Amino acid sequence: MQTAIMIVANYPLYIRSVPTQGELKFHYTVHTSLDVVEEKISGVGKALADQRELYLGLLYPTEDYKVYGYMTNSKVKFVIVVDSSNTSLRDNEIRSMFRKLHNSFTDVMCNPFYNPGDPIQSKAFDSIVSTMMVQAF
Amino acid sequence: MSPAQWDLPPELCCRPMAFVALTGLDVVYNAIHRAIWDAFCTNRRADRVPISFKVLPGDHEYPKCRTKRTSYEWYIPKGILKTGWMNKHLNLVPALVVLFYELDWDDPQWKEKQSECATKVEIVRTSLQGRNTKVAVVLIQKKTPLPPGEDLVASERASALCGACDLSGKSLFVLPHTDHLVGYIIRLENAFYEHAQTYYYNEIRRVKSHKEFLNKTTHQLLFVRHQFKMGFFSELKQDTQNALKYYRTAYSLVHELRAHETNMLEIKTMAGFINYKICRLCFQHNTPLDAIAQFRKHIDLCKKKIGSAELAFEHTAWMSKQFQSFGDLFDEAIKLGLTAIQTQNPGFYYQQAAYYAQERKQQAGQLCSHEPGVGYPAPDPLETPTGALDFYGQRPWRQGHQSIDPPDSEKEKQGILALQVKERDVLHSELIIALLSNAVAQFKKYKCPRMKSHLMVQMGEEYYHAKDYTKALKLLDYVMCDYRTERWWSLLTSILSTALKCSYLMGQVKDYITYSMELVGRASILPEEQKSRIEKNLIKVLMNEVPEPEPDCDPASVKMAQSLWSDRISLAGNNEFTIEVQDYVPFVQCKAKFLYPSFHIDEPVQLHVYVRADCPHPVRFSKLCVSLSNQEYNQYCLLEDASKEQDILEPSTQENMCLVPGKTRKYCFKFVAKTEDVGKKIEITSVGLMLGRETARYVYLNWRGGWGDAASSHETLQASRSFKRRTRLPEQQLDWDTVTIQSSTMIISRVPKISVQLTHEPPALTNEMYCMIVTIQSEEDTVAKDIKLTAGLKPGQDANLTQSTQITLNGSEVCDDSHPALLPDIPLGDLQPGQKIVKPLYIHCVSTGSRILLFHVAYSVSATVEGKDITCKCHKDETVTLETVVPFEVAMKFVSSKFEHLERVFVDIPFLLMMDILSASPWPIELVNSEVQLASSMTAIDQPQSQVEGVTLQTSECASECFLLKCPPVQNGTSTVASGHYFISWKR
Repeated sequence: MQTAIMIVANYPLYIRSVPTQGELKFHYTVHTSLDVVEEKISGVGKALADQRELYLGLLYPTEDYKVYGYMTNSKVKFVIVVDSSNTSLRDNEIRSMFRKLHNSFTDVMCNPFYNPGDPIQSKAFDSIVSTMMVQAF
Repeated sequence: MSPAQWDLPPELCCRPMAFVALTGLDVVYNAIHRAIWDAFCTNRRADRVPISFKVLPGDHEYPKCRTKRTSYEWYIPKGILKTGWMNKHLNLVPALVVLFYELDWDDPQWKEKQSECATKVEIVRTSLQGRNTKVAVVLIQKKTPLPPGEDLVASERASALCGACDLSGKSLFVLPHTDHLVGYIIRLENAFYEHAQTYYYNEIRRVKSHKEFLNKTTHQLLFVRHQFKMGFFSELKQDTQNALKYYRTAYSLVHELRAHETNMLEIKTMAGFINYKICRLCFQHNTPLDAIAQFRKHIDLCKKKIGSAELAFEHTAWMSKQFQSFGDLFDEAIKLGLTAIQTQNPGFYYQQAAYYAQERKQQAGQLCSHEPGVGYPAPDPLETPTGALDFYGQRPWRQGHQSIDPPDSEKEKQGILALQVKERDVLHSELIIALLSNAVAQFKKYKCPRMKSHLMVQMGEEYYHAKDYTKALKLLDYVMCDYRTERWWSLLTSILSTALKCSYLMGQVKDYITYSMELVGRASILPEEQKSRIEKNLIKVLMNEVPEPEPDCDPASVKMAQSLWSDRISLAGNNEFTIEVQDYVPFVQCKAKFLYPSFHIDEPVQLHVYVRADCPHPVRFSKLCVSLSNQEYNQYCLLEDASKEQDILEPSTQENMCLVPGKTRKYCFKFVAKTEDVGKKIEITSVGLMLGRETARYVYLNWRGGWGDAASSHETLQASRSFKRRTRLPEQQLDWDTVTIQSSTMIISRVPKISVQLTHEPPALTNEMYCMIVTIQSEEDTVAKDIKLTAGLKPGQDANLTQSTQITLNGSEVCDDSHPALLPDIPLGDLQPGQKIVKPLYIHCVSTGSRILLFHVAYSVSATVEGKDITCKCHKDETVTLETVVPFEVAMKFVSSKFEHLERVFVDIPFLLMMDILSASPWPIELVNSEVQLASSMTAIDQPQSQVEGVTLQTSECASECFLLKCPPVQNGTSTVASGHYFISWKR
């Protein structure tokens, strides 16, 4: 089953996908999903009401994948791509995955040696993502 | 089978309308008939009833009705739906046949005409034998009919005619051929419409009545067929709600059919048809979500029903078509007013259709690559006796066959082979590209720029596969910059790789070089060995040699490309390219900077150019040149390979002009600025780096503004944010990120070596000729020529000061208004080293207050910079703030000879004029003289002589004098008289 997790600040900061072949397709999928993110956050009136809601939900369904989005207050986007045959993951599971990711991402950002905007190379972050992928998929 | 094999039949896609046949009209030769026909068929807007009319001859043969089956017991259906059925009921079997007949109620030959009409009706009835089609008669009359009930002849004859023709009264109509034709026609067609609806209602009931005879084991196909027919008749009846219901039942029934390899195509074809109908009706009912849900269900159910593995491409072709036709339906609904959203628009369906078309192409490639010897089988297994299929979705070589195993395995093999051979000739790329471009148009509409780019990449790649490299390159080049600015290097690399292949195969040298440069550089995520291969090719091209072909290219195209390249190489000229770096991320980076933000004219301007390469192998360049805003300096900022010929190698230069990967190189340039550029800014307009040689092929990388490519600004920002401490690099090496940019510098004048001193004793006193001594002493090593002094009030102060300040060189007389406030360019000649000039200046301040005075000394001196003699203009400014105060105050009073204060003086009585002078100056003031000039109204009694002459007043000392005066008589009593002027001459 194919899955990918990406952290994106309009350009990729962190990418992990299983299996690694066909990675390019994931990249395109995530890249195109940014269209939807942009549209979602540009709805001004709505954004004000839901300012605390970082989870953007299912961005768009494709024939093969489901693409979920999440955006931190600093406008860094998290995208999870799941094989559409995977029915075990409900909205709530995805939500908690994003929360976990966000926590770990915050730790990365707190590292004084990490320069915001650089690709994430943290081993701790890597291992969190790894366990998440093993558990979830 | 044509490529349009998968297209849905037009009779399925149209909107079914009741079919009414008109007979007895001669629309060619009869003008009245023509007018009636035109009234029926022109201007059929939405408010007219949905009927499709056709003019048929009175003896037209309608399709024969088969004898009605009385029992289904031994009947085994051969397929689901006959291919001709829909067309038959749309265009061949009318719901109503209308006979037009010219007959007035008072026709003299009424009897004959009545029987002729009855005969005509009979002919129509005969040819409709067995059908439930209704017949109606319209009498075309010349006279306007009377209101019903008033014309007794009419009603009598009407009932007679009905009897003769065996018609009900409701089926006889009168059409007066008068002014209101269209109105009559509309009433007529409404009546026809009612008849047609009744007909279709009965047809539905008839089909429904078959149900009780069917059993579930042998008649499964008929269940589907009947539901479909009822749906279709309901549509003809314009009862779309029920039609939808019937179609939905049909849809679930079609999936209950026992599916196996031999009938899979038939089931899918029918499922596709019914699904199309359902979705269409849902959109029509303005329930788009139902349509989408139905389509999703349809796809989920059919996705896995691949059928024969040898014909897998058929499944993907069918899938592609499903998505495409849904996209079309969706798009059509939008055109009729439905609003779509970003995440749910027809583009997704076209995109998916394109995806399946791509799959189809791939499968076709695998399944249809027969040995060259294998030809199209003969006899043609796809040939049928009628030239068409009897049932939708069946195989031509075994029509009507419904059991699990094929009747003849040899025929089956031939049939499959025939299909495969046909599939080989399908222009897949064209199909894919058309679908993709449909999707692009949609995503453009729904604000999905990235999706649009992605699809355009796919289009480009498809064009590449279709060997249309020009179009491929055009598309790829167009979207490339989006990915570059968004910094998606992985995607950019992939696009660049395809673009590089295209440019190689087309022998496009400039594109080839451009893409190589980027693929070798830091924006590319290619593995090192790929980069190395591309760099070697790039160097080959620059040496004017043929590059190695790109991997995985079509062998035939490669052969063509190789000859193209050798042509290019032999061609002289057109070997020079300029690449504007700011649009790309090439493998060479450059930063050019002036060492300081400003340079004095007598020191050389220094410029450093940092160059760095990120390619795998060292690269040599042959020229580095900097263009500056003043192009005269360009010649000094040029580094050129001294050895034009390849065999004369100067090791030192060679090493200098070689870029080692990952190392930053610094090139220093120096030049002497021109004296006329003093006060001007010099900017780096561009830096050019030449790769290759003038003797072979070369390319100029041009950095506008001296630095930066498409990725630099972000990198600079990241570097500036970084907390990382820079590790000390060994000597001669620089950290690229720490190199800052200074792309312009000011040329400022030489620092003057001259001293300007001012000697004076402030404050100045009002009206005094205030002396300032300017001492100019040269500290230059050579002669200071043309010394000019500008002195006076500094411009830009209060305008009143200009009026009340005068300056002069001549201190012997007091200035007046004709003297200027600023004396410009007083020539003072030359000054030898160490010599000095002393120049006194006099300033006359009429008003008190402070003012700023400027002393500007300008001169020229020759200097040698970098072995070059230049004449430098230098200047030195001194300013001084000068306070001006009142020197003394004068008070005057009149007293009597007894020194008593007088309010007034009397005629002829002497009195004293007392003058008190109170010094306010910080300096002693010597009163040189004082004088009273009396007005005519007063006379002095004795000679008025100054009593204070020669007196020196210290600060706040007071001097007084008095004059004895009297007033001569005046004409009329008392009056005020002027006393005169009092002058004091004084000096410090």
